[in-house]
Amino acid sequence: MDPDSRNPALIAQSLSCERGGRHLFAGLDFALAPGDALVLRGPNASGKSSLLRVLAGLLEPTEGQVLWHGKDTREDPADWRRSLAFLGHGTALKPQFSVGDNLGFWSRFEQASRTPAEALEAVGLSHLADLPASMLSAGQQRRLALARLAARPGGCWLMDEPTVTLDAASVEQLSAMIAQHRAEGGIAILATHEDLAVENAAVLTLGVRS
Amino acid sequence: MSAFTALVRRDVALATRRGGEAALTLGFFVITIALFPFGVGPDPELLGRIAAGIIWVTALLAAIVSLDRLFRQDLEDGSLDLLALSPMPLELVVLAKCLAHWLVTGLPVTLLAPVMGMMLQLDPEAYAPLIIGLALGTPALSLVGAIGASLVLGARRGGALIGLLVLPLYIPVLIFGISAVEAALAGLPVLPHILIEGAVLVVSLPLAAFAGAGALRLAMD
Repeated sequence: MDPDSRNPALIAQSLSCERGGRHLFAGLDFALAPGDALVLRGPNASGKSSLLRVLAGLLEPTEGQVLWHGKDTREDPADWRRSLAFLGHGTALKPQFSVGDNLGFWSRFEQASRTPAEALEAVGLSHLADLPASMLSAGQQRRLALARLAARPGGCWLMDEPTVTLDAASVEQLSAMIAQHRAEGGIAILATHEDLAVENAAVLTLGVRS
Repeated sequence: MSAFTALVRRDVALATRRGGEAALTLGFFVITIALFPFGVGPDPELLGRIAAGIIWVTALLAAIVSLDRLFRQDLEDGSLDLLALSPMPLELVVLAKCLAHWLVTGLPVTLLAPVMGMMLQLDPEAYAPLIIGLALGTPALSLVGAIGASLVLGARRGGALIGLLVLPLYIPVLIFGISAVEAALAGLPVLPHILIEGAVLVVSLPLAAFAGAGALRLAMD
């Protein structure tokens, strides 16, 4: 992941974040080119989620900036937001809606390039499209949340603990999904404790600071 | 603009599902108004004189019933993060949610108002200013209410707080809505009161968009 050898799409420059008077990380620099992946590791409360939220633009960094194709994502967020797919702790699902309707709304709202049917296929939930989301197990809900990312290939996926509640087969499926996303020129940044197979990924280990 | 309509359609669909806010709000509006003849007695003259006030105050309260859920569910399930990360500005997200809230609360209340007026022996002269006033005033209730709903997101007892926060802000909407009806009953021109009610709506549009979006950003931090 040498930023000089290829054209980096996403650049983080000396990112620092402070939450509740506690320094989570400081002076983080990295650059990711299309097809790259970055795995964030570290103990609980080391700032993995906060880093993802800072990158997404949900949290203000105390210092530094994030550039997407050379543009500051804070000052000129339009391109970044069109390319960004974020998976946080919540699944963003409405139990009142069916599986298909849940995904259908986000696909329309985020103007996804793949159809909901294709995205459901990618996470193996096609046969449950008409089921109310409230009937899904925790792992299936997670897969449905991942389908939202599958509907938006090619950009940058930010994933916070994507493997939580997933069974072994689904974790493998997620690995394959990320591999395909990268093959299509996408970038994946994920925080995880699990040994999710992500080939040739850069690893950034955050530590607990005082 | 299709993200805007997608969001409005989703919120309306959520509110009109079984157990959604739409039925709850309308039920509250009708039942509360139906209580008044029991409370003040069935004298048609008395009821007719206070009918417009009853309908307006109940419309205010009905707007508040479902406000707590306007943003809270989206905050808790993580949807709000995604709404904030869309290319559509957060200000428009707030306006889309206000529009959906009005479509399932303010609009049905406005349409039901003449029926409630009949029940309370409202003077025939008062129907037009009452309905026009509600048509202009109820969207303002949703907009101003959204500011309150976004401000109390961090609080644990948000539901009770919203009323305390928002009801005082509803006073201008109430005053000009009622004064239009009073003017009609006194044979005075109604238009100035209706215009001021419209002005309140116009002012509350940008106010709700910017204040609501600001409060949501704080809640997500």
